[in-house]
Amino acid sequence: MASSRSTHTPASAGGTTLPSRSGRSTGGEAGDAARAAAQAPVMACSHLSLNVNGMPVSTEIEPRLLLVQLLRERLHLTGTHVGCDTGQCGACTVHMNGRAVKSCTLLALQAQGAEVTTIEGIAPAGGGLHPMQAAFHEHHGLQCGFCTPGMVMNAIDLVRTQPNLTEADVRSGLDGNLCRCTGYHNIVKAVLAGAGAMKGQS
Amino acid sequence: MTNAIGQSIPRKEDFRFLTGTGQYTDDVQQPNQLHAYFLRSPHAHARIRAIDVAAAKTSAGVAAVFTGADLDGKVNGLPCGWLITDMNGQPMKEPPHPPLASGKVRYVGDAVAVVIAETLDNAKDAAEAIAVDYEMLPAVVDPAKARCPGVETIHDEAPDNTCYVWSIGDRQAVDAAFAQAAHVARLDLVNNRLIPNAIEPRAALASYNRGEASYTLYVTSQNPHVERLLMSAFVLGLPEHKLRVISPDVGGGFGSKIFLYPEETVLTWASRQVERPIKWTAERSEAFLADAHGRDHVTRAELALDRDGKFLAMRVHTTAALGAYLSTFASSVPTILYATLLSGQYTTPQIYCEVTAVFTNTAPVDAYRGAGRPEATYVVERLVETAARELKIAPAELRRRNFITRFPHQTPVALCYDTGNYEATLAEAMRIADVAGFEDRRRHALARGRLRGLGYSAYIEACGLAPSNVAGSLGARAGLFEAGEVRVHPTGKVTVFTGSHSHGQGHETTFAQVVAEKFGIDTADVEIVHGDTDRIAFGMGTYGSRSIAVGGTAIVRAADKVIAKAKRIAAHLLEAADADIEFADGKFTIAGTDRSVAFAQVALSAYVPHNYPLETLEPGLDETAFYDPTNFTFPAGTHICEIEIDPATGETRIVRFTAVDDFGKVINPMIVEGQVHGGLAQGIGQALLEGCAYDAETGQLLTGSLMDYALPRSDDLPSFDVALKETPCTHNPLGVKGCGEAGAIGAPAAVMNAITDALWTLGIRDLPMPATPQTVWRAIRSAPQGRTART
Repeated sequence: MASSRSTHTPASAGGTTLPSRSGRSTGGEAGDAARAAAQAPVMACSHLSLNVNGMPVSTEIEPRLLLVQLLRERLHLTGTHVGCDTGQCGACTVHMNGRAVKSCTLLALQAQGAEVTTIEGIAPAGGGLHPMQAAFHEHHGLQCGFCTPGMVMNAIDLVRTQPNLTEADVRSGLDGNLCRCTGYHNIVKAVLAGAGAMKGQS
Repeated sequence: MTNAIGQSIPRKEDFRFLTGTGQYTDDVQQPNQLHAYFLRSPHAHARIRAIDVAAAKTSAGVAAVFTGADLDGKVNGLPCGWLITDMNGQPMKEPPHPPLASGKVRYVGDAVAVVIAETLDNAKDAAEAIAVDYEMLPAVVDPAKARCPGVETIHDEAPDNTCYVWSIGDRQAVDAAFAQAAHVARLDLVNNRLIPNAIEPRAALASYNRGEASYTLYVTSQNPHVERLLMSAFVLGLPEHKLRVISPDVGGGFGSKIFLYPEETVLTWASRQVERPIKWTAERSEAFLADAHGRDHVTRAELALDRDGKFLAMRVHTTAALGAYLSTFASSVPTILYATLLSGQYTTPQIYCEVTAVFTNTAPVDAYRGAGRPEATYVVERLVETAARELKIAPAELRRRNFITRFPHQTPVALCYDTGNYEATLAEAMRIADVAGFEDRRRHALARGRLRGLGYSAYIEACGLAPSNVAGSLGARAGLFEAGEVRVHPTGKVTVFTGSHSHGQGHETTFAQVVAEKFGIDTADVEIVHGDTDRIAFGMGTYGSRSIAVGGTAIVRAADKVIAKAKRIAAHLLEAADADIEFADGKFTIAGTDRSVAFAQVALSAYVPHNYPLETLEPGLDETAFYDPTNFTFPAGTHICEIEIDPATGETRIVRFTAVDDFGKVINPMIVEGQVHGGLAQGIGQALLEGCAYDAETGQLLTGSLMDYALPRSDDLPSFDVALKETPCTHNPLGVKGCGEAGAIGAPAAVMNAITDALWTLGIRDLPMPATPQTVWRAIRSAPQGRTART
């Protein structure tokens, strides 16, 4: 096989990628692109107001900021995790206006005016655990803990939206949340138990 | 609590994970921290003609850009921790593994440059401005073809892309046994390459303190002390005591976080150059590209049997891919951890195995849950099941005829099993799985147009690799002991420092149960500390299901030292002779009397030594033990999988999965069963869903995201029937063996034996993993008797 050439070429300032060129790029090309990049206007900030775990938040953000970045990096609510970059793993699941959403697939600006609840905000005030958190503890529904906040948040939404959950409902309802530790066996048990406990509470 | 061992106590660590207050590496923020982004090779194999970073360096927010050239002469290559000696007595080929590519890139994802900037977006924007001129070279992708004449050379040090050809066993004796055999079963097997995919991606945060000339590295590691030793002594040339490695909460490892990786190495070095903390967190795409992968074997396996179905000999030839560079323990996985397990649970008197380890233009391959042992179990158990079907002997019966029943048992492949009871786990699994009713279920399924199959896997694993001197003679470049420190505080509360690391295994509970039982105190009064080289004396970390057998024993030994010293203190307090003091239920008692002193009171005396034998005994109550085991432990068990195939779609559904495991003494059954569940999910994933694919020509990773690589989801799996048998290990005080990998070791063969059982009458002897609907459907369509199955 004859060897061929390829060049990793710099992107233009506007964020559009230049078409890939064969052959060697010159320093001049790279330099031009970089100068353009350096001169690119700083992304304008937008104002965002929302409630997170019942507390009002008002801040200026870059429009490209994701909701999960706002929670983790700005508000230091690091219980919400990032496990992938394609919306597949569900570790970032939070509640927005009462429904489970994947906070890595939302821009923070899409939560304008919303009520957002994270894993830090579901336990009763004054300590203790939410019945779903307690069920995960009692049924060993977690190991490394990384997927756990997303699992718990999705499970609570599942119980609220499907009143009479079966094992099959839980398995299909959690299929947007990946766990690599538990084989889901004890998560399913925990969610069914948590569903019972939530019912008993309401 | 005096009976803590054996109780399913809910985990102490759960609260922080359930409330979002755990602290994973990416959760740690340091003032003034910078962010790193690694520019990775888009090509599997190419010469780097030039890299132009001038534009990136002036990009907004950029603090520094480094390439391989900047590291040359300052940062050494990443070392391999196990030297394999080949069949001719020559050392394996060890080409350099530079943390940033130097001269050539050798896999898609090979790091070429790092950009360090104020924000991650700044770093990514700047990386777009780096110009790399690549001269593309042909890629070597298929391990089976890596040594063919004319194939491109990946490393100059290994012109034929061969790291080593290694063997174990008596080839002549095996050949002679095959010549005498009444029957030979043969299979050509591929053990599919897997991508570990812990849900927490790898991450690192490195900082340099100029005032103290010291470094601190937060990193997602299963073994922070090993990471520190390798990085300081071998790669960066730093004083070991000036590097603190902290592995805080770690979100799963499965082997992939054992290794010293390029990213944390570069960050640690660069943190001194920029004198600011630097953070890097992998994106999932990077995890797919650049985490060490697992498995990737191509094997021809043969089993010779006599007229009665007794195994005479086994002959195995395996080609194992190591990927583009030798990862930290890569060389030991397809040799020491694989071929030595080929005896399985059987008396097979002669075994020969030859392993050819090759470099390919793919991500490095290293230990992934089970590491060599799943590959061995797959070979043994697929062969045994195939032989049973060919000889028309019931698979369970053929196994029984060949089970090892006397212990200790010396296998022909180096290991000496101390104990086991294979008949017990087989019988219990058959009972729970209702094997007796299977043929009825098969008939009913057929009436519904479904093909039903049942498959066994009677696995063995070797845990707690040891002893260090034997491992050393086999090429290990590290010790394999574990350290534990038990610190009793003045109030009688206890902190335990362990060199093991928990990243989901529940050590904070299990180890607390062990110590609580030892001292007769409550588990709530025992805190387990792990994952910090500044707090813990030393440690070899967690892998190979070694934590309870090696780490747990170190803690027991330290606790025994505490009790021995406490008895002397108690003797003084009770004005009795040392030899007359007994310790039970948290009390030191003069034997035969009711005169006693409580554990906490002795602890207080040790720290307030007013009434204390200071002339003969030091104050304080804090003991450390280093424990180096005398042998492996040998957990074993039987897994039985029952499946149904829809011949119209090729879809396989697991209708029942039974696992009966013998892990010796069990400390916390709930946690142990959880480990089994997780292992089974990964083993079933390998059999039905997961398969890493590279383009055969270009070496591009085709399964580079969770949309292309099928991780098991909740609706892919059944609930499992799990039971435990306890045959205590004979050579550690707890009688424990280890449980972390069993599920992943046993499950693939059980699933594939079930699928091939369902398809056997169609003339299908074997299928490759993963047995996706497409694979099964195609096999049925092209099988000799497949037409009859099409409904």
